[in-house]
Amino acid sequence: MIPASFGYARPSTVEQAVQALAEGGDDVKVMAGGQSLIPVMRLRLAAPETVVDLSQVAELRGVRDDGDAIVIGAMTTHHDVLTDPLVRQFAPLVAEATETVADRQTRARGTFGGALAHADPAGDLPAVALALDAEFVLAGPGGRRTVPAAGFFVDYLTTALEEGELLVEIRIPKLSGEWGVRYEKFNRVAQAWSIVAVAAAVRREDGHIAEARIGLTNMGPTPLRASAVEAALAGAEASPETIAAAARAAAEGTSPTSDLNAQADYRQHLAQVLTRRAVTAAAGM
Amino acid sequence: MTAVEDRPAQAPEREVGKARRRKEDARLITGATTWTDNMVLPGMLHLAVVRSPVAHGKITAIDVSAAQEAPGVVAVLTGRDVADEQGSLPCAWPVTPDMVNPGHPSIAVDEVNHVGEAVAVIVARSKVAAQDAVELVDVDYDLLPAVLDMEAAVAEGARLTHDHLESNRSFHFVFDGGEAGTGSDTEQAFADAEVVVSRRFVQQRLIPAFMEPRSVVVQPQGDNYTMWSATQVPHILRVMLAMVTGVPEHKLRVVAPDVGGGFGGKLQVTPEEVISLLVARRLGKPVKWTESRSESLMTAHHGRDQIQYIDIASDREGNVKGLRCRILADMGAYLRLVSPGVPVLGAFMFNGIYKFPAYRFECDGVFTNKVPTDAYRGAGRPEATFAIERIMDELAVELGMDPLELRRRNWIKAEEFPFTTVAGMTYDSGDYETATQKALELIGYDELRAEQQHRRESGDPVQLGIGVSTFTEMCGLAPSRVLGSLSYGAGGWEQASIRMLPTGKVEVVTGSTPHGQGHETAWSQLVADRLGVPFEDVEVLHGDTSVAPRGMDTYGSRSLVVGGAAVVQAAEKVVAKARKVAAHLLEASEEDLEFTNGAFSVRGTPGAQLAIQEIALATFAAHNLPDGMEPSIDADATFDPENFSFPHGTHICAMEVDTDTGAVRIRKYACVDDVGTIVNPLIVEGQIHGGLAQGIAQALFEEAVYDADGNLTTGTFVDYLVPSAADLPHFDTGNTVHEAPGNPIGAKGVGEAGTIASTPAVVNAALDAVRHLGVRDIRMPLTPERVWRALHDGGDGGDRATAGSNAYGGASTESTTGVSTPASSLGGDR
Repeated sequence: MIPASFGYARPSTVEQAVQALAEGGDDVKVMAGGQSLIPVMRLRLAAPETVVDLSQVAELRGVRDDGDAIVIGAMTTHHDVLTDPLVRQFAPLVAEATETVADRQTRARGTFGGALAHADPAGDLPAVALALDAEFVLAGPGGRRTVPAAGFFVDYLTTALEEGELLVEIRIPKLSGEWGVRYEKFNRVAQAWSIVAVAAAVRREDGHIAEARIGLTNMGPTPLRASAVEAALAGAEASPETIAAAARAAAEGTSPTSDLNAQADYRQHLAQVLTRRAVTAAAGM
Repeated sequence: MTAVEDRPAQAPEREVGKARRRKEDARLITGATTWTDNMVLPGMLHLAVVRSPVAHGKITAIDVSAAQEAPGVVAVLTGRDVADEQGSLPCAWPVTPDMVNPGHPSIAVDEVNHVGEAVAVIVARSKVAAQDAVELVDVDYDLLPAVLDMEAAVAEGARLTHDHLESNRSFHFVFDGGEAGTGSDTEQAFADAEVVVSRRFVQQRLIPAFMEPRSVVVQPQGDNYTMWSATQVPHILRVMLAMVTGVPEHKLRVVAPDVGGGFGGKLQVTPEEVISLLVARRLGKPVKWTESRSESLMTAHHGRDQIQYIDIASDREGNVKGLRCRILADMGAYLRLVSPGVPVLGAFMFNGIYKFPAYRFECDGVFTNKVPTDAYRGAGRPEATFAIERIMDELAVELGMDPLELRRRNWIKAEEFPFTTVAGMTYDSGDYETATQKALELIGYDELRAEQQHRRESGDPVQLGIGVSTFTEMCGLAPSRVLGSLSYGAGGWEQASIRMLPTGKVEVVTGSTPHGQGHETAWSQLVADRLGVPFEDVEVLHGDTSVAPRGMDTYGSRSLVVGGAAVVQAAEKVVAKARKVAAHLLEASEEDLEFTNGAFSVRGTPGAQLAIQEIALATFAAHNLPDGMEPSIDADATFDPENFSFPHGTHICAMEVDTDTGAVRIRKYACVDDVGTIVNPLIVEGQIHGGLAQGIAQALFEEAVYDADGNLTTGTFVDYLVPSAADLPHFDTGNTVHEAPGNPIGAKGVGEAGTIASTPAVVNAALDAVRHLGVRDIRMPLTPERVWRALHDGGDGGDRATAGSNAYGGASTESTTGVSTPASSLGGDR
């Protein structure tokens, strides 16, 4: 279908972008790769007054090493993220999850920051960012501020981004020590969103699980951490039985939706199975 | 005129049987053609349709004033405005004399009966202006209760889909083998049977989901109209438009340019085609309407949607004794072109390839407040094949028999062809045993069974199942006399013309209009062989009623076996005419002429020969023709088959079921199809692959889901899951060849084969994997959730929640097109 008419701005710096947001009127939408926004506009579910297209803001692209973290520019495409050597080395969970995002065409246009700012709970990257304790750098008229992942995802399609603010980069702490990772995605056809997915990073020490971080995709209006599982695994013996027992707590505190793909109780069941599988794989077992 | 001396000694390779790459593909794939939506005519106006957001309601008021005043808008027409000229969309198949047809206005006048039904049309100078104005039309509805469940719809005291009708039943069609004299008494067979197995199967509603959305352009020229439409049936469309709108048939020209897929979904006379013609007539301007994908999913006709109550009777040894089928077939809110005929075609196929002594089929056509159903790849035959192939497995389980052994015991033996079945069809040729053996070898049946045993014994969370389906189908629709006996509104012949051009090139005109199947290639191969001309020298023309004035178009695997047969017959006539000219020029008698490799030669007179191209030129010049002969060797032929052709095959699927998650994965798939003579193996392979994809999609992925208010939840491809190559396995395919005796090519038809056989093979495989865990049935599509529920809760997996997925920012139809009430948000908590 054809979107309703809208104003269009294409800034080439962050500063100009923030200004365009301020001047865009009541309903301004930021467009990154456009892979979610354009379909929603074409279906006329969204009819923004102004679209601010970030595609020409070069400073928002790319990945850099920043000591104990890597920093991914918000406009870095999925393709560029998953082929980036820094990401592969220091945030392999991001690479693994990004590889499952939609299809090749979408990964060529869709962006890391766009996916996170859209905050679709069925999207793959929010749970990964949450599991890795990523930090979100936002730019607005008042300058920049940093929000931890735990505070960024507020509700369904809602983030800590205030009106007039822009996600500019995401800091992902490097994992130090012996970490294994796994993104376990469950969907019905190759290019589909997750029905449920589990992002796991597990640090092994002397045959034990020293630390586990587990993010849940699509188990509520926001991505969630499987805190009960993480607690049960901390310091536990790395055995199939321990992992299976801990994974049974994966659905605690979740409030998944019911839709065509899955009703809530089935999603909760999947969360347990997928958590067991993800942790098992991440623990190298 | 000289005789050709230097013809190659070697005969050219036969074209039929050659895996030619399709000559039409380059232009189709690169877009170097004019799809209907590409057309731009001077002064062309654009249409957008205002659609009902309610499933059932009275229209109490329509305010179009704001839309009329919107920039770029030329006119806004409501159903009331065109009530006197729009007639009723046609249903050409009154399957019983007392069939109830509620009538189908193209634009609703007083009442809407499904979400998405047209209530007004905007005419504007641009597509954008038309689309913007849609939101400005204000329609008031008095809501009526929606009828959505077929079983409830036929129950006593049911609410009505159309309140001016007495019930939700359109027709009750019966075929009884005992009464028809094709079998014994069915009730008696069941009374005497040692074993009876009864099941209820659900054939979910599917959406054809062709690649090119529908599009129509109409150009008025004086009192003549040309319509371009992305249709499978330009000829039928022309006749029907004339009948519906009163525009005389000879003032109408219909063109189907290159069309991007149909699968039966474009075998229709659509409301939008009628509306476009009415608007062009009223305004005297060219108009265009092109649908969006969501509009297509919501309003183009759907397919399947049956509830099947199947009883099978047998003795303890597994000799089948009787089959009884009671079918509820969802027509949707209205009867479209062949809606009632779809389940009725199945009436002759439920017995499959088996020798039932007794058979009874009953079908109720049921109205519901949903989009009408109509032809979809296989049309009636996939539904029938599913039922018989599922119930055969169920009977095998009941008897403790190997499902293949049960089938073997009951199928028609190779030496028994031609065989007249209990449904009165005469199956022409085949060998089910050989095809099955080949399929078993292709898939590696014994190893898979061993692995299955191992996984069962070890309690592997991933279980393996093997499912078999045989099939046959009636192809090549259709012998006109049979259609007549079934009260169809037309015949089933096909027309072809061959024009020999002066330069020796050949134009072939076919009445069978392709929408992507490869007619141009296959027809060229047929003609190249028959006339002895190069493949490249043949041009195939189609799809324009002024170029190909007679035709019955394409559906029901008819194009090659009926349309191709007409081409072959026309070619034979060309040769016969050319023979007269050749005899005259070579000064020989016709009987002494031999026609090989495109040249006539005189037996016993080396060197005296004439190529058909030379004869074409000589005929064009017409300087020296036999006395009294008109100067043309062109020929027409109309082929009306004596019988259907009956391709068959055996399909075997090996399926892994993850019992932890319910996920299913096809591990291996093998099929051996007998489609008679193969003209182009590459095209046949492509048809099989595409057919398999669609049949597997029914088993595993696709389902049109309506919520409790009658909104189509699967309104985008996010929720209506069409699988891609990434979701499908490698296919091991093979063929046996038993020529069809009923047409000069010997071909049987392949367009629907894969779709028909694969669905039950896949479901049988999944059930075979988990039956030992207590699962008896799983409803299609076998979503992971349904499989998991069947495993953990028993039952068939149940209904799915009807809320659209939350992905895509919640872009489900609930909010784009339909009115949502608390009832429609069942399970959805967005």
